[in-house]
Amino acid sequence: MESLSGRKKVLEQKPMNFWERIYLPAIFKGMGITFMHMFKKKETTYYPEQEREFSENWRGMHSLKRDENGKERCTACGLCALSCPAEAITMTSAERQKGEEHLYREEKYAAVYEINMLRCIFCGLCEEACPKEAIYLDGPIVPSEFLRKDFIYGKDKLVELSITDLAAQKGVLA
Amino acid sequence: MEIAFLIEKVAIVVILFVVTLTIAAYSTLAERKVAAFLQDRVGPDRAGPFGVFQPLADGGKMFFKEETTPNGANKWLFIAGPSLALLTSFLGSAVIPWGQSINFFGRIVPLQVTDINVGILYIFGVVSLGVYGIMIGGWASNNKYSLMGAIRGASQNISYEIAMGLSIIALLLCTNSLSFKVIAEQQHGINWNFWYQPLGFLIFLVCAFAETNRVPFDLPECETELIGGYNTEYSGFKMGAYMFAEYINMFVSSAVMATLYFGGYNYPGMDFVNLHLGPTWGPLVGVAVLLGKILAFIFFFMWVRWTVPRFRYDQLMNLGWKILIPLAIANIVVTACVITFFDKF
Ligand code: SF4
Ligand code: SF4
Repeated sequence: MESLSGRKKVLEQKPMNFWERIYLPAIFKGMGITFMHMFKKKETTYYPEQEREFSENWRGMHSLKRDENGKERCTACGLCALSCPAEAITMTSAERQKGEEHLYREEKYAAVYEINMLRCIFCGLCEEACPKEAIYLDGPIVPSEFLRKDFIYGKDKLVELSITDLAAQKGVLA
Repeated sequence: MEIAFLIEKVAIVVILFVVTLTIAAYSTLAERKVAAFLQDRVGPDRAGPFGVFQPLADGGKMFFKEETTPNGANKWLFIAGPSLALLTSFLGSAVIPWGQSINFFGRIVPLQVTDINVGILYIFGVVSLGVYGIMIGGWASNNKYSLMGAIRGASQNISYEIAMGLSIIALLLCTNSLSFKVIAEQQHGINWNFWYQPLGFLIFLVCAFAETNRVPFDLPECETELIGGYNTEYSGFKMGAYMFAEYINMFVSSAVMATLYFGGYNYPGMDFVNLHLGPTWGPLVGVAVLLGKILAFIFFFMWVRWTVPRFRYDQLMNLGWKILIPLAIANIVVTACVITFFDKF
């Protein structure tokens, strides 16, 4: 058929010549190529000891954020759980009592907040849904465990360290 | 004297057994390491330094895995398959001369389990028995993939045995002997058969790949098409037996190739070395040389595996029947003519 675009290329299929047909030169050439790869730089990252550099929009483990005064931002609105396509998030809300203002930013807060890391597909929709900028997927790779129950991360693992905790940790290190 | 003879043979058999098993075990590690290096990776390196304990870990895993037998399988044949494969793979190494006779505390010990004067025929017999392991295992599994793998294995082995035998006949015209010991002795120094039979060696090599079911001729296993072929239904230690048999086959065929074509334990300058190291240590150097050649061949097997893709079944048959057999026959005719007219060798 006439080519309208003029870009059509007819594939040329010459019959193989003698050297191509006996196949061996091609095999030896291929073996030479693979042999050279023995001495190339290895791409392996020795994972637990070494970590690959992550890209800027990498989505890793979740962290629940605090505001500039160290109060938890999450107000247990449940939008993240609703937006989660994998149904990985669950929470129980509670009312802020008198004297807890320094802990929670809003009057309602998440008493329990759990993410099942085996269900999570790290899509980042929870991060997008959150009206309080309380959840971000800015952590490292979720580590492996032996038991399924250990993959259900509670607030102890999710909430980022408060300034006092950080100071305490620094004090220990220093 | 009889007792000493018995002890000597038992010792050689035991050493050979242990060495074969060790090499087969470490071939599994080497295979993964070679694959990794050819693909710019580093391979298993967690079990011990550079992963040297990996074979032990793999072996332990094989032992503790659950073994399943399919419901419709023939229980006896299902066990007989891997056992036979393992048994026949061990048999071949009996006739390989591992070195010159060694002077061991005043006793001349030939480093060979037994010198049959038809050693080559023996090897051929054992190698063709090897296909029974695959056949029986595939048949007993009562699974169409396994059966197809087994049938492929059988027809492939039969086809390539012919070309292999023909390539050996040309070699026999040069050596005038069927005994491995004599053939090895004839190749003193660097007078290797490879220089007289390069084409024969090439044919033998291709056939060896087919006989050991290695890539590019691994059609009986063929993960992508047959899901493992004859060993689809096997698990645990029986699976391990099949895998071991494959590596031992590789070891034995490397030894046969090294002995038949690459001088076995002979190396240039061996007289000089023997003179200086004496009749005990000199032959041991020869043994080391032979082992080095075998390891080189094993590396070659692996190197090819990670380079060349698998053949299609019709290509395999075309190569065997239409190319290798005519080539081998032509090789015999040319060799015979050269010997007759020039009275060489
Ligand atoms: S990242 Fe996606 S899957 Fe994971 S918890 Fe958030 S919304 Fe659910
Ligand atoms: S993390 Fe954000 S979206 Fe989820 S419950 Fe808390 S405030 Fe709502």
